[in-house]
Amino acid sequence: MTALVAEAAIKSAILLFLMLTATAYLTFLERRLLARFQLRRGPNRVGPLGLLQPLADGIKLLFKEDFIPAGADRLIYWLAPAISMVTALVVYAVIPFGPEVHLFGRRIPLYLADVNVGILLVLAASSIGVYGIILGGWAVNNKYSLLGSLRSTAQLISYELAMGLAVITAVLLAGSLSLVRIVEAQRDLWFVFRFPYGTVALILFLTAAVAETNRAPFDLPEAEQELIAGYQTEYGGFKFAMFFIGEYLSVITMSLLAATLFLGGWHGPPLVGGFLPPLLWLVLKALAGVFLFVWLRATLPRVRHDRLMALGWKVLLPVGLANIVLAAVAISLWGG
Amino acid sequence: MLRRRLRYVLALLRGMGVTFRYLFRPPVTVAYPEEKTPVAARFKGRHWLTRYADGLERCIGCELCVIVCPSQAISVQAAENTPEHQVSRGERYAADFQINMLRCIFCGFCEEACPTGAIVLGQDYELAGYTRAEMIYTKPMLTEPYPGASSRDPHREI
Repeated sequence: MTALVAEAAIKSAILLFLMLTATAYLTFLERRLLARFQLRRGPNRVGPLGLLQPLADGIKLLFKEDFIPAGADRLIYWLAPAISMVTALVVYAVIPFGPEVHLFGRRIPLYLADVNVGILLVLAASSIGVYGIILGGWAVNNKYSLLGSLRSTAQLISYELAMGLAVITAVLLAGSLSLVRIVEAQRDLWFVFRFPYGTVALILFLTAAVAETNRAPFDLPEAEQELIAGYQTEYGGFKFAMFFIGEYLSVITMSLLAATLFLGGWHGPPLVGGFLPPLLWLVLKALAGVFLFVWLRATLPRVRHDRLMALGWKVLLPVGLANIVLAAVAISLWGG
Repeated sequence: MLRRRLRYVLALLRGMGVTFRYLFRPPVTVAYPEEKTPVAARFKGRHWLTRYADGLERCIGCELCVIVCPSQAISVQAAENTPEHQVSRGERYAADFQINMLRCIFCGFCEEACPTGAIVLGQDYELAGYTRAEMIYTKPMLTEPYPGASSRDPHREI
């Protein structure tokens, strides 16, 4: 029992450290990539190749003045960024990073918990994360923040549905809500290649994921030109950083989820799958996902709010429903 | 209807293709302190007080540059040349010559007004300083240390 607790504690500590580092470097990666997309060089001054830039940013944010705007609801003002970050971190408890490995004579699975309703936990945590944004926008007594958080609420509720429908397709194909089982079910054939429903589900999932994470072209809650920074307007210092970490964590989460649900998780592609360790395959897939996020941001202009809503309710939702029916029929007739 | 939707999606994909191509182009940014772009031949930068090839100063202390300077950045104190102390070719020379680089707008009027081609604007543009006092360039700073040091031909005639 003690050993189990110790194992879980060590694993969570490592995971926490890795994910926060990954988040910090994701901001760096994004800035460099975005710069190259725009024929710039990006941050390259701090340390070799600018690799210490995230550290410098972190230190800067830590030492900023800790202010509270007049008229703000103090408790909620403090709580909101924490909710945003913590819920983004909770998700990693159920994401499987690889099969079991043998270390120190013990069989250690590369995930914190194999919850039998893992995917529900992920969706629930990301939904609670919305509270961080809503409360943050509400607590600071600023019209831009409020507008930003209202948009965010509308957006997240609409796209949660589409995302749920995409996820259900993967669940149907695997016959389980556990993320570990879903990965195991893709050993022979990744769900993307279950044409057409698997492919459609992945596209749905990615579209919804971009909206869920408030990233361009669906970054209406932030919309610098109209709302300054939306719900983040009145946040500074490390409270801002926590929102920021929450946002970038969910970018990684969504990439990892897309890889887990549709791209075979830690399984490499057939034939060449054995060349790299399973964990590395997952990391590669997640990196591809992150690259897609940055690529989209570098290319597409922001969508108008009513178009965003129309896309969510009139396109993604019907397509998602039809896709599920198709998948269900195919599975019941030919077993997938 | 469906066709139009499809065209939208295709346009999105084409846009993604464009940005992806740009990803592999070299950046257009010049990494400034390490690499510098060459300035134009007639670039108007830091001033020099030039000399003739024989080492005599060109400036005759006429103060035309002081008169023409739109931002009143130049101050000249003239003095008489003597046979024992011949500094320039004319009767007079500039005993003191100061340019306030904080006032200067680098218009080049002084260079145009100068009858002997003494004052010229050079190529150097890195002129930052920490105090106001050090931004007032004095005669020893402005006079070229040897003929041609400002990269202007010391034999040229105006």
